[in-house]
Amino acid sequence: MSITTTSTETNSSQKRFTLGASKMSGNYAARKRKSQIMEGILFLAILLALTPLALILFEVIRRGASAMNIEFLTSVQNISLIREGGGYLNGLVGTLYMVAIASIIAVPLGVATATYVVEYSDSKLVPFIQFFTDVMTGVPSIFVGLFIYTILVQGGGGFSTLAGGLALSLLMIPIIARASEEVIRLVPDDLRNAAYGLGARRWQVVMQIVLPTAGSGLITASMLAVARAAGETAPLLLTALGAFKIVPELLGSPQAALPLIIFNEARGPFEPAHARAWAGALELMLLVLLLTLIARAIGRKTEAAI
Amino acid sequence: MSSDANVFQRPAISRRGKSSEDVWFQRALALAGASVLIILAAMLISTTINAWPVFAHSGWSFITSAGWDPGISRTEITGSYGALSFILGTLITSGIALLIAVPLAVGCSLYLTNIARPTIGRPLAYAIDLLAAVPSVVYGLWGLLFFIPIFIRPVLKLIADTLGEVVPFLDGPVVTYNYATAGIVLAIMVLPIITAVTREVMSKTPIAEIQGAYALGSTRWEMIRAIVLPRARPGVIGATMLGLGRALGETVAVAMLIGGSEQMPTTLFQGGQSMAGVIAITFQEASPENIKALLGVGVVLFVITVIVNMVARLVIWATGGRIAGDAAV
Amino acid sequence: MMPNPNSFNNGNLAVEARNMHVYYGNFRAVKDISLKVKRNAITAFIGPSGCGKSTVLRSFNRMNDLVTTARVEGEILYHGNNIYDNDVDPVEIRRRIGMVFQKPNPFPKSIYENVAWGARINGYKGDMDELVESSLRQAALWDEVKDKLNESGYSLSGGQQQRLCIARTVAVKPDIILMDEPTSALDPVATLRIEELIQDLKEKYTIIIVTHNMQQAARASDYTAFFNMDRDRAGYLVEYDRTPDIFTTPQNELTEQYITGRFG
Repeated sequence: MSITTTSTETNSSQKRFTLGASKMSGNYAARKRKSQIMEGILFLAILLALTPLALILFEVIRRGASAMNIEFLTSVQNISLIREGGGYLNGLVGTLYMVAIASIIAVPLGVATATYVVEYSDSKLVPFIQFFTDVMTGVPSIFVGLFIYTILVQGGGGFSTLAGGLALSLLMIPIIARASEEVIRLVPDDLRNAAYGLGARRWQVVMQIVLPTAGSGLITASMLAVARAAGETAPLLLTALGAFKIVPELLGSPQAALPLIIFNEARGPFEPAHARAWAGALELMLLVLLLTLIARAIGRKTEAAI
Repeated sequence: MSSDANVFQRPAISRRGKSSEDVWFQRALALAGASVLIILAAMLISTTINAWPVFAHSGWSFITSAGWDPGISRTEITGSYGALSFILGTLITSGIALLIAVPLAVGCSLYLTNIARPTIGRPLAYAIDLLAAVPSVVYGLWGLLFFIPIFIRPVLKLIADTLGEVVPFLDGPVVTYNYATAGIVLAIMVLPIITAVTREVMSKTPIAEIQGAYALGSTRWEMIRAIVLPRARPGVIGATMLGLGRALGETVAVAMLIGGSEQMPTTLFQGGQSMAGVIAITFQEASPENIKALLGVGVVLFVITVIVNMVARLVIWATGGRIAGDAAV
Repeated sequence: MMPNPNSFNNGNLAVEARNMHVYYGNFRAVKDISLKVKRNAITAFIGPSGCGKSTVLRSFNRMNDLVTTARVEGEILYHGNNIYDNDVDPVEIRRRIGMVFQKPNPFPKSIYENVAWGARINGYKGDMDELVESSLRQAALWDEVKDKLNESGYSLSGGQQQRLCIARTVAVKPDIILMDEPTSALDPVATLRIEELIQDLKEKYTIIIVTHNMQQAARASDYTAFFNMDRDRAGYLVEYDRTPDIFTTPQNELTEQYITGRFG
């Protein structure tokens, strides 16, 4: 299939080549103008694509900042959507708690998967792992929530921090695996050879040379996944459920999360809840952006080091 | 030399073949790698088993009919479950999203790879990637309270008043939150992934062909038409499929912006519901049998998105490998 | 006068290849290599590029095992054992037959850790500070780095990095050190230092060095093996003798052509 595609493409591009050449004698100024117009249209596409980003950032900052205050940052949720006051502290704590649990599970699994894919690339399993890791990045996050619901929540575990953390971990694993794979591939073979030449075993080469060399890049990969997971709402609806207080329990009690509260408060018709939702969105975006920026900064340092 | 032998405790060459530590290390890593496959299989099996009573009760009408009338039984299936309107809602919103996002992404990618200087292109590309970092609940909030009522609704009204007279599915009345509003915000959300893949593919255009086109006197646009676009076509198809997979599975932003109605669609400007949306909105208050039905909706969604994603990845792999960068995951 | 290679016996033999062929997939890279290497001597492998001299070198410590498609036929005898026997652990071989590579490749660790790591994974239980110092001294690097042992190995110059790699290899206390064009990435001054260092090292180690530089072979080695590529693109051993003999009275016409610069 790919062969036929390529050949027809070559034909068509050759045809256009000749067309272009025959136009040489034509009006160059007109062709030049047409090109400039098209380039202008392409630039408009960029502007159009970036307008929503500007609008989102502007609106979240404007409305979020006006509703943001010390009380919002330091107090737990107001049970009433109609009354003013209260904050999202319970959601922030719950989000960090579940993301931490998710990281404990997903970072080792994701990095191990990537390590296998790169360091044992001759294994017949590897193409399947790569393919399904890619596929898994596209599994709807709500479905991951349904899955954890069936195996943990309805089985008697109930809605809990652990259920939420597990759901987030499943979303993080393929992200970490993919990003780590790229990082581990950057480790030069020279270093592996040097280690083997000293009589290192394969596990020693991998654990003591390859992974430490990739170290900060692996942190970047993990942080990007954490940033993604921290903003997830859908899977938590079916696993963490939400809570109005700070929940220290791992199991047996529903847990709160920033995105969950925003989702619930935004959907009602009440202005005080909307104001808090904007402040919550600002808080969540700052959290996610902070994680992303740190991840990128560490990543740039790694690339420089290797 | 004899003292060296002591500190290293080395006998003559041991004859034990491959080290068992290495064998166990490889097995542990292989197991971790296989966990992806195991998890995917477990997901499908566990949800399907739980949803089975509803599939058995409704048969094919689960996906071919539109009546969604949940019962309240703990043990049996008493309601009627036809998810067609949700399936259509998902397809319609995703279709609108791609209709907007794909041309926009191709335009952005062309600009970033062929026109912008790296000093400008890099930060612009980075900014588009940032769209992928915005949590979907923030898209939902922003669309719900700002973007849709202020920017989009007047435009949709104008379309309904003018084109709506002649073009089917574009007639009014325009409710505030509808298929189109959800689709438009969805377009913004899938734009970065489609752009990331398209950009990557376009950046691999052989420099010799580009120079060849210029050598024949092509203008920049003629070069793009003749060289870049034909070569990028399979990549754009793959990117579109990938964006489709993402759009089909998007949940909370769509749930917040689609209007939340269970009726069958007659126009793009009426309220509706998507598969992911109905799960997100009704799950917390659902009866046990209703939960089984929602799990069934989830299974249908999963199967559709996984097939779309597999096709997308195969197309992209065929065009020369996987796509790097965090916007692509 | 050094003994003739044919007269090596168990008393002075370090390692021996017998009828060795190396394949990459279906391609035979080198064929029918038989060669004895003398203990505590420097043996140079020379020949035009593509003649398989590096492949032969890497066969001596089973580094070729790391290439999935590589396969070795024949025998390499080390202390009377064929290192390619099924039940021989290649890791054991590499601990005794160390390797220095073409491009300096220190680990992204401190200078100290670069030297200590190999010894540590090999189960060294003695005084690590002492081992690091003695290894760096043997590599003629101690005086330059003794005040910055905690700095990264990358902070050193290319020549220093290569000596660090030699120190790292020495710290594992191998019998034999294989050097794969160790000076090809270095400037003339750094090259000369490494050559002097190699002379010192042969007191304790057997050294096999691949070089594309005939002056280096003539200057720095005791024995020289000349390889060439045959018509079937497989490398083979043309001539092997004491270095002075190779460079003054080569027996094979090809050798003479090569050392006089008429091909290669």
